[in-house]
Amino acid sequence: MSHHLLEFKDVRFRYPDGTEALKGVSFLITHGESVGIVGANGAGKSTLLLHMNGHLLPTSGAVTVGEVPLRKETRPEIRRKVGVVFQNPDDQLFMPTVFEDVAFGPLNLGLPPDRVRERVNNALRQVGALALADKPPHHLSGGEKSAVAIATVISMEPDILVMDEPAASLDPKGRRSVIGLLNSFAHSKIVASHDLDLILDVCARCLVIRDGMIVADGPAPEILSDATLLAENNLELPLTLQGRAAREGTLR
Amino acid sequence: MSFETAYSGIGRLDRLSYGDTIVHRLDPRAKVVATMLFAVVVVSFPKYEVLSLLPFFLFPILIGALGDIPAGFIARKVVAVSPFAVFVGIFNPLFDPGVVAIAPGVSIAAGWISFASILVKFALTISAALLLIATTSFPGICRGLRRLGLPALFVSQLLFLYRYLFVLIEEAIRVVRARDMRSFGKKGAGVRIFVRIVGTLFLRTVERAERIYGAMLARGFRGEVPSMRREVLRPADACFVLAAGGFFALCRIVPVPQMIGRLVGGLAG
Repeated sequence: MSHHLLEFKDVRFRYPDGTEALKGVSFLITHGESVGIVGANGAGKSTLLLHMNGHLLPTSGAVTVGEVPLRKETRPEIRRKVGVVFQNPDDQLFMPTVFEDVAFGPLNLGLPPDRVRERVNNALRQVGALALADKPPHHLSGGEKSAVAIATVISMEPDILVMDEPAASLDPKGRRSVIGLLNSFAHSKIVASHDLDLILDVCARCLVIRDGMIVADGPAPEILSDATLLAENNLELPLTLQGRAAREGTLR
Repeated sequence: MSFETAYSGIGRLDRLSYGDTIVHRLDPRAKVVATMLFAVVVVSFPKYEVLSLLPFFLFPILIGALGDIPAGFIARKVVAVSPFAVFVGIFNPLFDPGVVAIAPGVSIAAGWISFASILVKFALTISAALLLIATTSFPGICRGLRRLGLPALFVSQLLFLYRYLFVLIEEAIRVVRARDMRSFGKKGAGVRIFVRIVGTLFLRTVERAERIYGAMLARGFRGEVPSMRREVLRPADACFVLAAGGFFALCRIVPVPQMIGRLVGGLAG
């Protein structure tokens, strides 16, 4: 299904202060793919994600979602196709109750009230947060906030789900349930994270970004077991692979 | 009162508002209107009136009791903000030295009476306002105000205020804690540091606002916060407003305490 494509073609982006954050990024993500984006702090991950739903527009190059090229006028359409879950759930959840927050997107899409209710209930059920519907966000735990933040985006039924550090600052159990949740989605998924074990669990493919450029692109197990490549990018082997590497004597 | 206890006070007020009693279930609009009426009627009494105001305490007492709100908690909050009222009225006895008799053989400066009147009016209106907040969720009040005609822009501002008040206070608590931990009991080098802390918080708030706006745009925000609540006024809500209004009007027109006094006097005589 071609309408679930996401393509970056030689995308460059320069911030107003002159910093060149992206220096010619090209990749193609096809339907149903799950792609991890890893890289050091300041490598350009966040800038890249902000291009995916048109929060930033490329200085040069082209972003295409489905058949729609990203331009200022096409942003509303792009945003319907690409749902972005931001890193801090407190920024993502701004309505007085969980229900209203999850309903915010569908209402803005102009859906009738009963359809909205249906979508909200489905989204909350999917993330296991149906019981929280009437709670105000500031009464939720960190894990609950993350789950609800994901629900606010899937209630819009996007084709592509983009997430920035979905499990940061969660306890191990919360992190584990987010991983389970991500694996249960059939959407195309793009996950930026420093949590390489999470990427390994969720993503089949992995991009490494350094200094505004893609320096590696391939199957996640392959890339995430390349200790040299990871070290060059201020990363290290995922913990689950470290044990194996040590047993096989490849790690001193 | 430290910053953190003040915060837990707000948090408690907020948690109380999620109760489920007959008062909580009333339509927010009914409660907003009744509370406004109450405030207007109480303030409309002449400045030397004290006795006639006393029956009005029945309203907050009733709401507090039916709404299952701890009286001590509300009383402490009223006392906490009372310095404002005290400052407004404290010079009345000096500026208004005319002598009035309050009982056979006892007379005091008229200023004391107007001072007492200010305090009673203050206690009445503040406790009623606190009880409104304690028995109605803040979003409920906002929706009520919206339905009563307050512009949508103000209402969304209020909603964001409510949502991010807690986030901002928690951030402030963390910054203040970090300062205290490294200032070794010296109160963190005073005003200059305090100003910088406020500056830091402001910058963080601006950045957060930008991120929130980004999140809103990502979900199709086009200038108005949509809502799908359709509240209908029930007969109970109308009865509540009518009963409260009738009671206020009665107490405003008829001097109830004096009548009771006369009645008791008549029975004794």
